[in-house]
Amino acid sequence: MTKDSQTFDGRRWHDMGGDAAGRIRTDQHDFSLWEKRVDALMILASAKGHFTVDGLRRVLEDMGPEAFETMTYYERWIASVNQNLIESGVYSTAELAQRMSEVAARGATYGEANK
Amino acid sequence: MPHDHHDHLSPSGHPYRPDDDHPLTYWQQMEIAVRELLIEKGVTSAAEINAQIDAMDARSPSNGASVVAKAWTDPAFRDALLADASAATRDMGFDIGPMKLIALENTSDVHNVVVCTLCSCYPRNLLGLPPDWYKSRAYRSRTVKEPRKVLAEFGVDLPATTQVRVHDSTADMRYVVIPARPSGTDGWDAGKLATLVTRDSMIGTGLAKAPDIT
Amino acid sequence: MNVRQFMRVRADMPPGHVRTPAYLRGKVGWVERQLGPSPNPEALAYGRQGDALPLMRLRFTMAEVWGADALHPDDTIDAEIYAHWLEPAEAPHAP
Repeated sequence: MTKDSQTFDGRRWHDMGGDAAGRIRTDQHDFSLWEKRVDALMILASAKGHFTVDGLRRVLEDMGPEAFETMTYYERWIASVNQNLIESGVYSTAELAQRMSEVAARGATYGEANK
Repeated sequence: MPHDHHDHLSPSGHPYRPDDDHPLTYWQQMEIAVRELLIEKGVTSAAEINAQIDAMDARSPSNGASVVAKAWTDPAFRDALLADASAATRDMGFDIGPMKLIALENTSDVHNVVVCTLCSCYPRNLLGLPPDWYKSRAYRSRTVKEPRKVLAEFGVDLPATTQVRVHDSTADMRYVVIPARPSGTDGWDAGKLATLVTRDSMIGTGLAKAPDIT
Repeated sequence: MNVRQFMRVRADMPPGHVRTPAYLRGKVGWVERQLGPSPNPEALAYGRQGDALPLMRLRFTMAEVWGADALHPDDTIDAEIYAHWLEPAEAPHAP
């Protein structure tokens, strides 16, 4: 939390309705394939009952304001999807750890790291 | 495989985020690992993931434009849409999944605008994924407090006699605005009218386009 | 015109995942429509079954929400609020 403990009133960082903020920037980017895959994994895993959109949001909120500023939208999403899947027992942290290392060993680009 | 391009990347001409040909990021590494584990555990399949991506790519503001144009031209449909927008859009043949939709009608007296202050809820199963600005801190923060200033930034200046209704998507419902039908379109069919309905007009940050006077 | 049913949003400030925006807490609005029972997101977020709670759309005036800061007091904000965040209330005083 960026507010200190003496002045923090319990309002959380993501709950931003009414805050002062600057001009709205309308530049736009298209989503890349890996981002679309993150979106699809969220929809499919939640549709199959492994977690809910509220679980997705809960982890995003708990990641804090720094993540909101420093990570892209789908970077935050894959972090939250993964956290929820580990919590619901779909796979273990050890399984994820080994697989991520295998993925990185395949190549230096996203294309090469896909089997 | 070195080139894993998908056939259905968006063709709108905006720049792409780094993907195949850029150095692998930690989060991309995680996406590949999570996807492979979900497939191996039988939660999903590669084909299902591709089908889901195709389904989302197929959703776009043109779906909503068809709904709006039908509401403009078919009073019974307009009534059905305002009574139960989920059922009415499904009856038109749109696959909106489990989405619960409410349609908000703009009139000469009322202008509706939609925001999600807590995250970025959006009627994605009808309109596709939201624009980046919809997810921004500036839009989420300001729209509930100074909606007319926000609308002015989007080029919409409303008279003081028009009431602004902001809708904060805080829970289960998703919202689509039915913009006011532009004048000068008497006798137009729904297909032609749909070309005037923009994405922003269905969020409430825009108006339907005026017909070209030529 | 139908008689408005006014409700006050509880002013609680708990930690954790809730779907009641802070800017509406303690504010009085009227029921725009009932949406029927919906599972409690405060349980779903933690992997538990959520009890189905009445969910309703409340409408608030800018005057009620922002007080003297309201730029256009008669403009409104609608939001969906779960029943356990709501208490019956009197109509707010005109600003």
